[in-house]
Amino acid sequence: MQIIDRNSLDILFDTLKRRGFNLVGPTIRDGAIVYDRLTSTADLPIGWTDEQNGGTYRLKKRADVAVFGYTVGPHSWKKLLYPSVQRLWRAKRDGENFQFITEDEEVSKFAFIGVRSCELHAIAIQDKVFINGKYIDPVYKLRRENVFIVTVNCGKASGTCFCVSMNTGPRATFGFDLALTEILEDNHHRFTVEVGTERGAEILREVPHREADEEEKAKVEDIVAKTARQMGRTLDTTDIKDLLYRNYEHPRWDEVASRCLTCGNCTLVCPTCFCTTVEDVTDLTGEHAERWRKWDSCFTMDFSYIHGGSIRSSSKARYRQWMTHKLATWIDQFGTSGCVGCGRCITWCPVAIDITEEVRAIRGKE
Amino acid sequence: MLPDLYRVQRVRQETHDTFTLELEPMSGGQQVAAKGVSFAAGQFNMLYIFGVGEVPISISGNPTPRKVRVSPPRFVHTTRAVGTVTKAMGKLKRGDVLGVRGPFGSHWPMEEAVGKDIVMVAGGIGLAPLRPALYQFLSQRENYNRIILLYGTRSPADILYRRELEQWRARFDLEVQVTVDQAMGAWHGNVGVVTTLIPRVSFDPLRTIALICGPEIMMRFTILELQKRGVGKENIFISMERNMKCAIGFCGHCQFGPTFICKDGPVFRYDRIQEWFGKREI
Repeated sequence: MQIIDRNSLDILFDTLKRRGFNLVGPTIRDGAIVYDRLTSTADLPIGWTDEQNGGTYRLKKRADVAVFGYTVGPHSWKKLLYPSVQRLWRAKRDGENFQFITEDEEVSKFAFIGVRSCELHAIAIQDKVFINGKYIDPVYKLRRENVFIVTVNCGKASGTCFCVSMNTGPRATFGFDLALTEILEDNHHRFTVEVGTERGAEILREVPHREADEEEKAKVEDIVAKTARQMGRTLDTTDIKDLLYRNYEHPRWDEVASRCLTCGNCTLVCPTCFCTTVEDVTDLTGEHAERWRKWDSCFTMDFSYIHGGSIRSSSKARYRQWMTHKLATWIDQFGTSGCVGCGRCITWCPVAIDITEEVRAIRGKE
Repeated sequence: MLPDLYRVQRVRQETHDTFTLELEPMSGGQQVAAKGVSFAAGQFNMLYIFGVGEVPISISGNPTPRKVRVSPPRFVHTTRAVGTVTKAMGKLKRGDVLGVRGPFGSHWPMEEAVGKDIVMVAGGIGLAPLRPALYQFLSQRENYNRIILLYGTRSPADILYRRELEQWRARFDLEVQVTVDQAMGAWHGNVGVVTTLIPRVSFDPLRTIALICGPEIMMRFTILELQKRGVGKENIFISMERNMKCAIGFCGHCQFGPTFICKDGPVFRYDRIQEWFGKREI
């Protein structure tokens, strides 16, 4: 474990930029912490934190100058690995025939700054969907290959966090190039650094650093332990797949459907939700056609439409599909839960539907 | 993800709303008839109409014509015009070009059926994905015991592949029964749902493989009827349909319980999905 001081974080940023990485990380926009391009550490939400609960998200000033003193916002890294709108190809008419036009896509090399442990798990889950199966998604693969990941071990949990229940945090254990832990003391603002890859080690060599002492190593453990104790939510995952498989007809689905607006917010903020639709379009001349892929949500009626009507026409069936997929069928499909306990779906649900509460209700009244 | 170009070689109007297209692969604008196509009975393709859209359509041609092991030169697709894309497809003429991705998905249990009685039950357009299996069974007739095709449609005018059905019905090594929901005019055949045909045919339920394709409600009652006769769940295979955008497991639309119809199906062994098949709005 190494130590860099607060000023060296700027050097780390510069080093990554010099190596051709575009930095993306947390920054404040429209009253929320989102992921966007960073030019320097000044773009980070320094001295800010967030308060989250069911259907509630508020930014608040901290009493200190913490750089990573908040949790996850409405964005997740999937927006960069898997764009919400993507042209798959173009075609043009050529007499009676038509031709497909493909262009080699230039994709930025991104360095993700401030990735949380739950998000590393979410990326690993999307890897299983897009690049570890029978078919490989070229859009995702191209972006994923180039990413440099700087993780931050969480120094606080939010009111909707439950990574401890999902076994996905708060300490990062894999999938990063460099992992930081912020130590904020009156006169000494510094970060511990763990190196996850050779590439990470190479970058760190260009940043002034020293070996961490035993006290500093212990501090990291204290920080993540304290965060683990702060979890705002818990979810009992015992036997969860069978629990939900047994309870497709549980009365709770009707109850939650009476509150659910089927707006799809939960699917958009979820870092693992991967569903898309395609749109085929032409220009006015009818000579050019394109296919676009866009994020989709299982909460829409169109999602399950086949000739004659939608398979899941009730909101009960759509909520049940989403939650059962996330927590149960996902396990059969990809050998892992589809939920990482980040809490976004709880925070960003306009009517504060809480996945942990729904599981508890089903478990409590089988 | 990029479709291949195919040229329409033949269009056959099957019924007032259903047509069959025969498609030959193109390469650089030139047709390569020798290249042929390869698929397994029960699989489907994604067909793209320029500027309109793409839909999953089962393959209904012969997977092993004449000489076994020689690829057939064409994809054959029977489609009913019900939506924007399939209606545009219905306007295609010989020589027109469309995009094809595939073939995708699982296939009918051709190996499991060897040495067994085969009961095929089709409802409506559900005959189209079963036809490749029947072609293959008939081309290797000696490998199978009894072969039975039970087919139900709404009306006599909706009967698909009529001439072929009549030829099949004339064979001594194949039993074909057709029924219609509603009879009119000069129909003197069976009237009633397709399940009413099941008690009328003779097969050995303990040595039978059943292949079913049709609307879900029809498949549900067919399964019940077959189980009444003593056919085991593990010997019943059904072909499922759901909304599909990508056909390769990424878009999520075709999920059916823990399965993706596009890559785990469309053909499923019934006992592997029965838990979900019996539920509504899955």
